[in-house]
Amino acid sequence: MSLTTESSTNFWLTRPFSERSTQIFLGVLIAALALVTLLHVAVPADNPLHIGAYTVNLFGKYLSYALLAVAVDLVWGYLGILSLGHGAFFAIGGYAMGMYLMRQIGDRGTYGNPVLPDFMVFLNWDSLPWFWHGFDMAWFAFAMVLLAPGLLALVFGFLAFRSRVTGVYLSIITQALTFALMLAFFRNEMGFGGNNGLTDFREIVGFDLRSDATRLGLFLATGVALALGFILCRAIVTSKLGRVSVATRDAEARTRFLGYRVERFQLFVFVVSAMLAGLAGALYVPQVGIINPSEFSPIFSIEIVLWVALGGRATLYGAVIGAILVNYAKTIFTGVMPDAWLFALGAMFVLVTVFLPKGVAGLFRYFKRRKRDDTATSDPNADPNSTPKEASA
Amino acid sequence: MSLLHSLTQRDRVFDFMAPQASPVDVRHGPILYMEDVTVSFDGFKAINNLNLTINDGELRCIIGPNGAGKTTMMDIITGKTRPNSGSVWFGSRHNLLHMNEPDIASLGIGRKFQKPTVFEALSVFENLELAMAADKRIFPTLTARMTGEIKDRIDEVLETIGLTALRHQPAGILSHGQKQWLEIGMLLMQRPRLLLVDEPVAGMTEQEMERTAELLTGLAGKQSVVVVEHDMGFVRSIARQVTVLHQGSVLAEGTMDQVSNDPKVIEVYLGADDEEAA
Repeated sequence: MSLTTESSTNFWLTRPFSERSTQIFLGVLIAALALVTLLHVAVPADNPLHIGAYTVNLFGKYLSYALLAVAVDLVWGYLGILSLGHGAFFAIGGYAMGMYLMRQIGDRGTYGNPVLPDFMVFLNWDSLPWFWHGFDMAWFAFAMVLLAPGLLALVFGFLAFRSRVTGVYLSIITQALTFALMLAFFRNEMGFGGNNGLTDFREIVGFDLRSDATRLGLFLATGVALALGFILCRAIVTSKLGRVSVATRDAEARTRFLGYRVERFQLFVFVVSAMLAGLAGALYVPQVGIINPSEFSPIFSIEIVLWVALGGRATLYGAVIGAILVNYAKTIFTGVMPDAWLFALGAMFVLVTVFLPKGVAGLFRYFKRRKRDDTATSDPNADPNSTPKEASA
Repeated sequence: MSLLHSLTQRDRVFDFMAPQASPVDVRHGPILYMEDVTVSFDGFKAINNLNLTINDGELRCIIGPNGAGKTTMMDIITGKTRPNSGSVWFGSRHNLLHMNEPDIASLGIGRKFQKPTVFEALSVFENLELAMAADKRIFPTLTARMTGEIKDRIDEVLETIGLTALRHQPAGILSHGQKQWLEIGMLLMQRPRLLLVDEPVAGMTEQEMERTAELLTGLAGKQSVVVVEHDMGFVRSIARQVTVLHQGSVLAEGTMDQVSNDPKVIEVYLGADDEEAA
């Protein structure tokens, strides 16, 4: 665990920038964003290196999944809370964005109603439900993208952590939470479009959602959101609060005994994570063009956890790698042989668990350590009890 | 007139304005005072009219056969168990029976449990950092900075517990003895007035035991230390004052020599143990 306690920079938000791993991560991310943009814009369409709008859109989707995986890794890797319901926060953020996009359609819908979305006209509703008000304003909708999942996490987390529900039990009730929300959102009476969800979006803050430029813009915005989310999470885990989280994960009673109000720390990190998941959902929806209750499905939430496990828990960058790898594989597999996808996912999970128990990120660390050990063993006076970390620190 | 004079004196610092380093009042000597304490679990008297006084800065060893009430006594002091009767005072100002566990801990009573629990994924340094007395609310913790002062304090404790060379190692790789020391170090970071240490040398090697004895005797004077221990050799090496508990009350009290020559003590405890050791 590279939690550098005695680092030179001391302001918590800028601390990640002095970390090697964060520098590398941000460098790779910025280079990837620049490369995709370049290949999309500057390379002519008939060149084999050209990246089409469809692919840019697909990458944007992966990046929003990556942000979601970072949010899950924050609570699972560092706080030890295995949330099997983070899809719920993702979906709620997505719905907040979807409601805004629905209101942006205005009178261009099939029924031409300037205020009511099509599905409400279809259900013979004559006015907007109270919770749809305000979503015609971008600032309000974007605030709700963070606040709505945050509030749900606050209430849910307050009740769960106050009662000291942890471990498997907590995982089960997070799963129940997302399942209950799925059933609720399936109902037409809820006012969120029932099982069809929200779709047929036209534009976002004045930009046409079907134009290539907007798609590229959304892709880049998602990349920036991922970078900022990553830095925020890194800042949290390298702060003293991050170390309290790890302490809570490993010995909750002991942490409480040291005088920390453990349930408040859990709640804080859980809410931050839920808000990041909501943001990921909000960036996902305009790129895929639809949000429906299937995002609440328990299977999806479990899949997110698999991404994190495959990438490597408690590293944050591992979560990003896992999310992108698995979803890329999913795209390929469901294209080539759709029926085999779940078997492939299962096989991947088994292989990684057996051969890479610490995920793909564990592989990086292994090579890093081997390199370090090689330099250490060349020193004949080396104390077997102290590792070279001592010298480099 | 003299009252008025004293009140208007410009260089006078009133008691209630002066910063209090420690609210514990030990002007009258004892830091811990237990009188006529009785605890019964379903009729079984685990503690029976126990009277015990620990002076400020003292190192006291408490011995006694299994079931003598040693751990229950520590539970009472730390607020985990409430006695049926009796009184327990910390200094002459704080009635511990009216306080809960976190309050007692923050007042300056630190307790080390038998089994060492340290945060294995965190480094030795970080373990001490988390244990340090500080503002432990969320935002102060999030924005906490590593200052030179904190570093010095941690270095000082690292020096005391002899883990300076292992400061960046994860606590999980420490040996059993080193974990015990780290946990004592974590208690020291809280700047306690009274340290309760439960069987610190259980499972330790001879050398580790010696090191622990040095550590504990070094702490006495600055802190008051109460050690509960089974190992007679260890107790002999550190004890100035020994209290023997038997069936929930004090059987004998005095120096190790006095105690070990007491026929009652030999009968219930020492004799059997010496035979075992020999």
